[in-house]
Amino acid sequence: MVMIGKKRKLPKLGAGSMADVAFLLLIFFLVTTTIQSDAGIMSLLPPYQEDKTKREIPRRQVLDIQINANDELLVRGETMELNKLRAFAKEFILNQDKKEIWPSTPKKAVVSLINDKGTSYKKYLGTYNELKAAYRELWDDIAIQKWNAKYKDLLPEQRKEVRQEIPLVISEAEPTDFDKG
Amino acid sequence: MAKFSKKNKKDAPAITTASLPDIVFMLLFFFMVVTKMRDSELKVKIQVPTATELQKLEKKSLVSHIFIGSPTAKYARIFGTAPRIQLNDQFADPADIPQFINNEKDKVPNPKLHRAMTAAMRVDEGVKMGIVTDVKTELRKIDFRKVSYLAADRGELPE
Repeated sequence: MVMIGKKRKLPKLGAGSMADVAFLLLIFFLVTTTIQSDAGIMSLLPPYQEDKTKREIPRRQVLDIQINANDELLVRGETMELNKLRAFAKEFILNQDKKEIWPSTPKKAVVSLINDKGTSYKKYLGTYNELKAAYRELWDDIAIQKWNAKYKDLLPEQRKEVRQEIPLVISEAEPTDFDKG
Repeated sequence: MAKFSKKNKKDAPAITTASLPDIVFMLLFFFMVVTKMRDSELKVKIQVPTATELQKLEKKSLVSHIFIGSPTAKYARIFGTAPRIQLNDQFADPADIPQFINNEKDKVPNPKLHRAMTAAMRVDEGVKMGIVTDVKTELRKIDFRKVSYLAADRGELPE
């Protein structure tokens, strides 16, 4: 009862260190947060053609890949697991053993990717990703040989030179006629 | 007694507000950095696939987003669960794509930049290719051929 009306003395808060705390937090958040930015696989769609004229490409130059509605991969007429595709594509494009049934030169190699309407987007993009990866690895090999740098670190002219050596051609147009040639 | 109580009746010490601006600024900067402007509400569920060969989309103003996925629970009652296309903030058909792209082009005043514009396809990994092909065909018809399939980075690991 005696204590009524009596106020306890509050200890003073040291405000001097407040700024330090604030800066600490600021730096912490700056370091830990990542600014979300969109990233994706770039691709250039083929131009639209009204008449479905069939281009004749000799069969040996074409790495034709089909994905059916069950997400199964058919590469040049044989089933294949997706994780083997990258290595096979590289081998096919380079054709170091000079096989008669494979491209005469990487410059002429063409990849044809055909999917079914029932193919899942995941499988399609997974396949597309593997093909892009195969080319990127081939480009890296050349880039390291010539300039001792990865493809992505090259100058634009150098990249162009590499791309001329092994051009990336992924055809997604209507099925071409592979029986000829 | 009176003597004691008089001595103890002091004002509470003032808390300095000198550092308040610092804190406020800190919060401000924090939110400025972290917040990502999303101008349209996502009406479809999208879980993008993973990939390794990713390229960042540089110029935000030159990117047009096309969303494809199943409507979220809120809209599933009206629109069902079959995958739909979302442009801006409404559901659309492939036939609406040319109009949408023209509107997007109008937002970019410099015609020289129109060729650098990219369609960012944010597509759910479970969607079948039929609807995606329809969209691609529409884009090809109007000669808008730069496309980026948005995906999440999975490093060098296989799926």
